[in-house]
Amino acid sequence: MIRVADLSKTFGRQAVLRGLTLEVATGEIMVVIGRSGGGKSVLLKHMIGLLHPDAGTITVDGTEITRLRGSELDGVRERYGVVFQGGALFDSMSVFDNVAFPLRERKRRAGVGEILDRVEEKLAQVGLTGMGHKNPAEISGGMRKRVAIARALVTEPEIVFFDEPTTGLDPILVNTIHHLIVELHRKFRFTAVMVSHEIPEIFQIADRVAMLHEGVIVETGAADAIQGSANPIVQQFIRGDVEAAGRVS
Amino acid sequence: MSGPVDDSGASPYPLPLRLVESLGRIGVDAVQAIGRFGRFLLEAVTLTFVPPFKVARFVDRVHFIGFRSLTIVILTGSFTGMVLGLQVFLTLSRFGSEAYLGPAVALSLIRELGPVLCAVFVTGLAGSALTAEIGIMKITEQIDALTVMALSPTRYLVVPAIVAGLITFPLMTAIFDVVGIFGGYLVGVELLGLSQGTYFGEMQTFVDWQDLMTGFWKSLSFGILVPWVCTYKGFHCGHGAEGVARATTEAVVLSSVLILVWDYFLGSVLP
Repeated sequence: MIRVADLSKTFGRQAVLRGLTLEVATGEIMVVIGRSGGGKSVLLKHMIGLLHPDAGTITVDGTEITRLRGSELDGVRERYGVVFQGGALFDSMSVFDNVAFPLRERKRRAGVGEILDRVEEKLAQVGLTGMGHKNPAEISGGMRKRVAIARALVTEPEIVFFDEPTTGLDPILVNTIHHLIVELHRKFRFTAVMVSHEIPEIFQIADRVAMLHEGVIVETGAADAIQGSANPIVQQFIRGDVEAAGRVS
Repeated sequence: MSGPVDDSGASPYPLPLRLVESLGRIGVDAVQAIGRFGRFLLEAVTLTFVPPFKVARFVDRVHFIGFRSLTIVILTGSFTGMVLGLQVFLTLSRFGSEAYLGPAVALSLIRELGPVLCAVFVTGLAGSALTAEIGIMKITEQIDALTVMALSPTRYLVVPAIVAGLITFPLMTAIFDVVGIFGGYLVGVELLGLSQGTYFGEMQTFVDWQDLMTGFWKSLSFGILVPWVCTYKGFHCGHGAEGVARATTEAVVLSSVLILVWDYFLGSVLP
C-alpha cells in the first residue's frame, strides 16, 4: 500500500501541494485526475522520490520513503517501474537496448539469453515484435509510449507509475494504450498509479479515481462514484464545463 | 537567508538596507553555487573508485571527446605551429638569432599553447556537445528515468566523461604539440631556409623533461576541468531548447575562462 499523508510542496511562492492525502491499495489501478498544472506530476515525482516534500510523508508498504536517500531510496525504486510523459527513451539506443537497459544495469544482472528472451517477450506484449532494431526517433509517438511501457515492465515491478501515458495521442491510440495497461495489469497484478486527464476513457480502466484540485485531493472513489459525484469541482472537470470553471476555481 | 517579506512581495527594508540585502543574497547564491559545483565533482570522483565501472560508456566517451576532436586538433595544431614558425622567425631574425626558432616554437607549444589551445578547441567541439547532450537528456526526463531505475546519473554520465577527459586531453595535447612543431618546421625550414639540423638540434638542447611535465600536468588538469564544467552545466540547464542553448554557451565560456585562469595559476607554481 502507498500512503501519502499531508504532503505539501511549494516552488518559490507557489504552493503546488497543500497537505495532500491519498491512499493506493496494493494491486489496484488508481488514477489521479485534475486540471493541467494542478500538481499531478509533482505528486507523482514525490512518490517516485524525484522530489522531496516541504512537509508530509509518503509510505510504501510501511517504509517512509520521504526520509530515505541514496542507496536506501534506490532499494525502494528497484520495485518501481515508471512510464514518463514523453517516454524518456534513451535517444542513443535502439528500442531493444532501451527495453534491455534496466536488466543490463541492475545490481543482479541478467544473462544475455535471459535478457534477449525477456525483451522480446515484453516487445511482443506491447505489440512491437520485430521493432527492436529501430531507434526511438524512427518510430511514432504511440510506439514510443509502448516501448516506454515495455521498459517500465521488463523488470516485473510491483508498483508502476504512469505520468500521462496517452497525452498527445489520437483517440484510437489512447484506447489502445489503456487496454494494453489493463491487460498487462491483469497479467502481472502490479499496483498502478496513473496521472491522466483523459476523460471519460480513464473511467473504463481505473479501479479508483482521485480528483486533485488546488493541491489537495477533493474526492476519491470508484470510477462510477466519481462520475456520479455531487462535488461541483469534480463535475466541472468531468464535463469540461468552461463556465463553471470560473465559479469553482 | 532572505529578509522578511510582506504579502506584496516587496522588501520592507529602506533602500540602503535593501541594497545590502541584495548584495548578501548574491553572495549567498554564489557560495551555494560554488558549493554545488564542488559537490558535483566530489561525487563524481568518489564514484570513479566505486564499482560497478561503466567500461563501455567510458570507451564511448573516449571516442566522443577524443576521436571526434582529432581532426580539429590536427588542423589547429599545424596552423598554430606554422604561425608561430613565421612570427618567431621574423622576430628572431631582427636579432640574428634564427637558430633558436626550434626551441622557441617547441617551448611555446609544449609549455603553454599546446595544452591551452587544445583544451579550448576541444571545449568548443566536444565540451559543448557534452553539455547539449546531457541538457537534452535532462529536459526529456532521461536523467529522471536513470534515477528511478536506481542508477546513478553521475556514475553513468559524469564519471566516464571525466575519466575519458583524463586520458584524451594529454594525448590530444601531445598530438597538437607534435603537429605544431612540424608546422613550425614547414615554415622555418622548408619555406624560410633554416637548416633542419639547427631547428631540431637546438630544440633538443633547450627542451627538457620538466617542460614536457609542465604541459602534461596542465593538459591533465584541463582533462578534468572541461568535462566537469560541461557535464555540470548540462545537469543544471534550464527548461526547453532555450535552457539547453544557454547552458551550452555558459559551459563553453566558463570552461574557456577557467582554462586560462588555471593555466596562469599552474604556470606560476610549476617550474
